[in-house]
Amino acid sequence: MVRLEPRAEISPVMRWLTPPLAVILTIIAGAILFLAMGYDPARSLRAFFIAPLSSAYGLAELGVKATPLILIATGLAVGFRAGVWNIGAEGQLTLGALAGGYVGLLFWGQAGWFILPLMMIAGVLGGMAWAAIPAFLKAKFDVNEILVSLMLTYVGLLLLSALIYGPLRSPEGFGFPESRMFSPSAQLPNLIAGTRLHLGAVITGVIVLIVWFLMSRTLFGFQVTVIGQAPAAARFAGFSRSRMIWISLMMGGGLSGLAGLFEVTGPIGQIVPTISPGYGFTAIIVAFLGRLHPLGCVLAGLLVALSYLGGENAQITVGMPQAVTGVFQGMLLFFLLAADVLVRYRLRVGKPAPALIPTRGGR
Amino acid sequence: MAPPAAPAPRLALTGIRKAYPGVLANDDVALTVEEGEIHALLGENGAGKSTLVKIIYGVLAPDEGEIRWAGRPVRIASPNAARQLGIGMVFQHFSLFEALSVLENVALGMDGEKNWQALAGRIVEVSRAYGLPLDPTREVHELSVGERQRIEIVRCLLQAPKLLIMDEPTSVLTPQEVDRLFLTLRQLASEGVSILYISHKLHEIKALCDAATIMRGGKVVAHCDPKVETARSMATLMVGSNFAAPEKPAKRLKRAPRFQVNALDLESSEAFGTSLKEVSFEVRAGEIFGIAGVAGNGQTELLAALSGERPVEAEAIIIDGNRAGALGPRARRGLGLAYIPEERNGHAAIPDLTLAENALLSAFDRRALLTNGVIRFARASAFAEEVIERFSVKATGPDARASSLSGGNLQKFVVGREILQAPNVLIAAQPTWGVDAGAAAAIHQALLDLATHGVAVLVVSQDLDELLVLTDRMAVINGGRLSRPLVTGEATLEEIGLLMGGLHDLPDDIPAVETAAVNQHVQAL
Amino acid sequence: MDGTVALLAAVIVASTPLLFAAIGELVAERSGVLNLGVEGMMLAGAVTGFAVTLTTGSHLVGIGSAAVAGAAMALVFAVLTLSLMANQVATGLALTIFGVGLSALVGSSFVGTPLPRLPRLDIPGLSDLPVVGPLLFRHDVLVYGAVALTLAVAWFLAKTRGGMILRAVGENHEAAHGLGYNVIHIRYLAVLFGGLCAGLGGAFLSIAYTPMWIEQMTAGRGWIALALVVFAAWRPLRVLVGAYLFGGVTILQLHAQGLGLFAVPSQVMSMLPYIATIIVLVVISIGPWKARLQAPACLGRPFLPTN
Repeated sequence: MVRLEPRAEISPVMRWLTPPLAVILTIIAGAILFLAMGYDPARSLRAFFIAPLSSAYGLAELGVKATPLILIATGLAVGFRAGVWNIGAEGQLTLGALAGGYVGLLFWGQAGWFILPLMMIAGVLGGMAWAAIPAFLKAKFDVNEILVSLMLTYVGLLLLSALIYGPLRSPEGFGFPESRMFSPSAQLPNLIAGTRLHLGAVITGVIVLIVWFLMSRTLFGFQVTVIGQAPAAARFAGFSRSRMIWISLMMGGGLSGLAGLFEVTGPIGQIVPTISPGYGFTAIIVAFLGRLHPLGCVLAGLLVALSYLGGENAQITVGMPQAVTGVFQGMLLFFLLAADVLVRYRLRVGKPAPALIPTRGGR
Repeated sequence: MAPPAAPAPRLALTGIRKAYPGVLANDDVALTVEEGEIHALLGENGAGKSTLVKIIYGVLAPDEGEIRWAGRPVRIASPNAARQLGIGMVFQHFSLFEALSVLENVALGMDGEKNWQALAGRIVEVSRAYGLPLDPTREVHELSVGERQRIEIVRCLLQAPKLLIMDEPTSVLTPQEVDRLFLTLRQLASEGVSILYISHKLHEIKALCDAATIMRGGKVVAHCDPKVETARSMATLMVGSNFAAPEKPAKRLKRAPRFQVNALDLESSEAFGTSLKEVSFEVRAGEIFGIAGVAGNGQTELLAALSGERPVEAEAIIIDGNRAGALGPRARRGLGLAYIPEERNGHAAIPDLTLAENALLSAFDRRALLTNGVIRFARASAFAEEVIERFSVKATGPDARASSLSGGNLQKFVVGREILQAPNVLIAAQPTWGVDAGAAAAIHQALLDLATHGVAVLVVSQDLDELLVLTDRMAVINGGRLSRPLVTGEATLEEIGLLMGGLHDLPDDIPAVETAAVNQHVQAL
Repeated sequence: MDGTVALLAAVIVASTPLLFAAIGELVAERSGVLNLGVEGMMLAGAVTGFAVTLTTGSHLVGIGSAAVAGAAMALVFAVLTLSLMANQVATGLALTIFGVGLSALVGSSFVGTPLPRLPRLDIPGLSDLPVVGPLLFRHDVLVYGAVALTLAVAWFLAKTRGGMILRAVGENHEAAHGLGYNVIHIRYLAVLFGGLCAGLGGAFLSIAYTPMWIEQMTAGRGWIALALVVFAAWRPLRVLVGAYLFGGVTILQLHAQGLGLFAVPSQVMSMLPYIATIIVLVVISIGPWKARLQAPACLGRPFLPTN
């Protein structure tokens, strides 16, 4: 019989050891899954994890896919640390893409250095506006932000659909549900010729560094930790929970909106009915896998981006359904959550009934 | 030929050992309880009483040792097994279900009880027979602490126990309720029920018990007859060494009020909380003012309002002449208010963070631990070090996590952190709850010293003994109302007790329970 | 008149998947476990129900398999949160993400395949009654089942000893443990029941409501079910009322879209159920009766048994 015994202190070693452990377990489970689906596991794993990285273009694509994941996860991680569960990033991304993209379309056919910054601001504001609804309802009436932000994702996706089949549809597009292509001034410049890696990746890197500084060196970061770990202690210290609800949802919403804008003005180049393959949800996994730490999110974002590339590649080379990507991502989070038991608990085997909780009076 | 043996004791433990990681909670413990005996188990917090009792009640399994029940060796694998033997237990922290009725609470403790109608009748019957008035249809959250304890006792009595374990039963009762409980316990003992009475209150044990086992540091240090021993001799056995009693200055100057509360009203934010009604009092410079009362009478709400965790109207709270009611904790700290919450883990301190980070929690402004919002980690660490040294906190250093400290040491750290911020007004809630005697003495001395230096100190505590030692004046909170202040030393225990019980004595008889109401309730189940 | 009855009957049908999912989640939450993975469990049920019905040709086997699939998903959640002490919110999210991916993978070969609809089961005698007959007694077995299950849960929680123990565990797990009840086992059962019900709700969608497989065909119903439980203040009969309310919103907007009543894009009408959910959540959070104050006291709190 295996028993859990709480550690006196959380184990910092385990905290950083469990994500790689989860990755290994996911790969093993993945091999078994491939086998069960009738594919050659070795060949499938190669197609999934190695082949996509064996060209410069593949590496650049990894950056393209990782950029939105890292950007969103960095914002979400702040909220998750503070106990604010914004899971509506997909909707906030959509609204950011719509708001920023709309500004881009306003300047269609024009040139100017100011267009792109203006689009970015609009993208951030679009995402923030969408996140402001759960923030207001949570801070004012304590309405569950999980459900509200999620419902708003469905509303946001329907809004995108309504607009792209309506006012935003390109007049020259032969009735296809797509906007006009953005003018060159409204498109993110590529970093490396011949790839799709764009300026957004650099901006993301800068933002990650800023958030990392805020979280590790400032009273703000300390407040986030305290509010998330011990709400009563936060009240004692005088840290405002409703302010934190606003800040963390604005950060999550703003960065998701920016990520959405990067997508439409970078790799896509126009507004289309499907802007993201679920980056807003996948970023939740990235945030947890990165231990809710900005730098951790970078590593986790690159890894999870690989699951998108791998899925696409496995579809082409092995003929596997692309949905396998989602299964991999889900399994990864499961294994991480399961492995995390080691951070707070020791596994004890065999020995009967070791006591787990100190005596009643020992408070 | 063996001499005619005396009947085997009802419960006999020998060689009980129980180890936790890093602690030997019970070490070669022996205990014998006779039939019809009221047996005291005496010891400080952390002496190992609770562990031992949990072993007897089947909550914990001992690592070693033998348990004999009426002479027969037994293994008590679970509370169910304990109950089947005839062992009943009333916990210190009641194991009740707030949103369920008295009847449901009792039924949950009765295995295989099918007829709830009959059970309701038996509850009324037993509670009447033992002077424990109880209405089966009420929901628990509507009841007072004393009434809640009655549910636990009645739940045990319905199973006709042979051994009743009472864990610190009087810590939440008014003096009048204590007298009443003792009558019930004596009646039970006279009917042959053995009672294991766990306490650290010496006068109660002298008044009630026939025998006593004293524990210290996980070991039994003495078996004695409390009727013969003096309170002092038992105290020495319990504590092990003599701690200097805190010195209380004989007479303090009457000075200007530093902390005033004016007609404070506050609606409770909890589902089953107590709202405050027109609470007014003042604490003068150099004075220690106490607020006594049974838990759940509005202390939580009062402390939230006084600390600023729940802001109120500006005029309701005045700190050194400043209207502070509408301010939050951070702004009130700016005015010189310091606060020591009752709960250390998660309120006054965060277990998973280091002591340096915990020092930062309340001291970042008054100890200038920030520059433009950026944390000065070296200064925070130095401040934590200062607290550790000045208040003799046993810790490996500022980088130790709060969870690695014992309760007493963490409490000393919290108290020191607040005192070293040089407050004008200090509010302390249950400052010595669950800490060892050494730490308690040090904390009491620190509070007294603070008052000597002109700080206004407010102590909110359920421990009357603590308030009697510390305070100059005290008031009692009951049902969200605060009594007029009494001068400590002039007020009698009975007077305070009556105030704690809400100025009226307990009803003599069971409240008339409408049979119809019971029927209705049973059907609703 | 007939139109109104047909409309109301459609409301009852539309509320069925919500009712299944919500009543299952209610039982789990009354035991103190918050499982946010309802959407994922419903999808697992939907794809399993569809696939098994298609391959075996038996609707009943399909329904049974869907229930098992939902329970299997719930088992993963239970192992993680109850045995391995993982965070319930994070694990619930993981369950949904996993369910979306897994159902898409399993269902990828079924997209576009038609399936015979779960047949109607008219109740002899009663179905011929005027008004009441077409309204209540001309549905399929799952529609009856959802209502029967809700009533059974209401009875179980209020009138049986097992129900009382379940409530006690959700109210104060330490006390229940102290009285000798096995908190973890009881919670396992409650979570598995929740998964089973969610699986049935999913199966209703894929073999009765719109008999085909579409990726993410639950369209947020699992999340709406979670909101319903809060709306119902954890009372089974109020879940029934809430489910009909949401079913009503769904049918009304579909009806309005079909008739072209409002000069707005169809997508705007499709937003209504989600916006209604938000409005309901707000209303129950303000007002004199704050529903969340009636939540089981141990909801979402992990429990590690001593001993």
